[in-house]
Amino acid sequence: MMNLFVLQLLNGLQLGILLFLIAAGLTLVFGIMDVINLAHGVLYMVGAYLIATFAAATGSFWLGLLLMLPAAAAVGLVVEFVVMRRLYDRSHLDQVLATFGLVMIANEAVKMIWGTSPLSVPMPDILSGSVPLMGPLKYPVYRIAIIVAGLAVAAGLFVMVNYTRVGMLLRAGATNRSTVSALGVDINRLFAIVFTLGAVLACLAGALVAPILSVDTGMGESVLILTFVVVVIGGIGSIKGAFLGAILVAVVDTLGGVFGPILLREVLDPAAAGQMGRVLAPMLVYILMAVILFAKPAGLFGRPA
Amino acid sequence: MSDATAAPVSTARRPLAGRLKAALVLFAIFALMPPLAAVLNDPFYVLIGTRILAYAIAAMALDLILGYGAMVSFGHAAYLGFGAYAVAILSRHGVNDLILQILFAAGISAAFAFVTGAISLRTKGVYFIMITLAFGQMAFFFFISLSAYGGDDGVALAQRSTVLGMDLLKSDFGQYYVTLALLVGLFLLCHRIVGSRFGRVLTGIRENPTRMEAIGFSPFRYQLTAFIISGCITSVAGVVLANQAQFVSPAFMSWHRSGELIVMVVLGGVGTLAGPIAGAVAALMLEEWLGALSKHWKLFFGVFLVLMVLFSPRGITGLLEQLGLARKRQ
Repeated sequence: MMNLFVLQLLNGLQLGILLFLIAAGLTLVFGIMDVINLAHGVLYMVGAYLIATFAAATGSFWLGLLLMLPAAAAVGLVVEFVVMRRLYDRSHLDQVLATFGLVMIANEAVKMIWGTSPLSVPMPDILSGSVPLMGPLKYPVYRIAIIVAGLAVAAGLFVMVNYTRVGMLLRAGATNRSTVSALGVDINRLFAIVFTLGAVLACLAGALVAPILSVDTGMGESVLILTFVVVVIGGIGSIKGAFLGAILVAVVDTLGGVFGPILLREVLDPAAAGQMGRVLAPMLVYILMAVILFAKPAGLFGRPA
Repeated sequence: MSDATAAPVSTARRPLAGRLKAALVLFAIFALMPPLAAVLNDPFYVLIGTRILAYAIAAMALDLILGYGAMVSFGHAAYLGFGAYAVAILSRHGVNDLILQILFAAGISAAFAFVTGAISLRTKGVYFIMITLAFGQMAFFFFISLSAYGGDDGVALAQRSTVLGMDLLKSDFGQYYVTLALLVGLFLLCHRIVGSRFGRVLTGIRENPTRMEAIGFSPFRYQLTAFIISGCITSVAGVVLANQAQFVSPAFMSWHRSGELIVMVVLGGVGTLAGPIAGAVAALMLEEWLGALSKHWKLFFGVFLVLMVLFSPRGITGLLEQLGLARKRQ
């Protein structure tokens, strides 16, 4: 039981790290630009497809990853320049519609370019295999690598947001956009940087997860909603909130699916517990969100409106 | 939604009357559709027509809160699902009466809307959109894991509903006209709501919640009530859709469906009730037409959406005004 718990906890942590990479960009875009972007999950999918293409073309995961990053930045810049830039001063309804349109375009374009059958990305040799953890327990090296890489990115973001000039502008922009603009900061450039940064992080998450998942067109959808939950729980505009929210959501989701039925068995008969566990487990994250919002409508680290 | 109706008080009744007229024209066209399809010898249109009318009900219901209450709910497909599953669940237990199914659907929807609305309405703007989306997704996952009713695969219905023991829905024609009757009835209900004191308070809260609160109205209560009413009416559309397809699956509640409902409302004109009905017709016909042209129709639909928003400074209604197709709002 203890082994299962540790194993699932690590799986939860790994999912949480990925969610954080996606949510970090999203929460900044929401917080600083006050723009709702439904197409953010699409970027995660695009990242996975990009690395699948580049890794296949170069024959190396690492070269693929290296090529994926500038390509992701280019995608982010183009989307920002062509569409997002024109949405900043629009109503939320317009933003919802336009980015919903982007989701449709991207999903269909991916199908046209890469076809509908799932792609797979070979795992790099160095990171395949697994390491002993405790007792008989082993854990895949690649998943540990995802956790380490994600934590490194999180640390880098933390330093950037708290100790650099761009980070200072980001924080100021999230607090009061018009004041920052009035002080002579080119707010459009700042927005372009934030959006592109968010796009690269989401693509990176997609690229990192590609070797352990099959790359298909639906992958952005499920993640998008979970990321929304993360951003809402953590508080819009807060990187710290996004990090804790992502870990919380992922751990609850992973552990709930495994241990929910086990715990229910204590109070119900096994058949009913199994049935109820299967129904409740996927809803757990949303119930968590509801409870947190009931107590704190602005999320854990959000500024009250 | 700053472009909301700001008509002077003296003419405030007029747009409502004009919209009533527009709706009546629409309903007359709807009523003439099946005979026309019979003349053209293409009964398939009647079945598609029923689907369009069902979505018109849902779009109109969404407009009640989106247009008149400025609540952008991105989880309204959940109520379509509640309606559809109300049919599936009751017919499994031998209850096939349409009225009972509608009441059951409205009951589930009211309960869900009460709980999720109470939480969502504590927030505003981007939060509200994302939270309603998340709750819609929660309902989606609930029915996916509900293996007793087919889970992901859904469940086929053995027969269409009956109305007070009569087989009114058995023929496609009958089903079409029952749906049309529901649409007209619910439109008149929404029209009454919007013109009532309750509707005026709701519109007032949309314009300026602080001021409404200052003169003694609790925005939360009015918004929550409207949210519940909207959910219940949307579920009626789900009941119809289940009968139309004779099949119920969680696909009714996917978040793309919620997005399409918003598209219909905006396409037809936010806060007009009759507009979203026309919007549902336009959006679904556009889908059918693009779908016939290319299997990648979603790409073109997406491009259409993005261009509409980008090149019309005041959204899609603004585009219609630019083209002179709609009267400018003052």
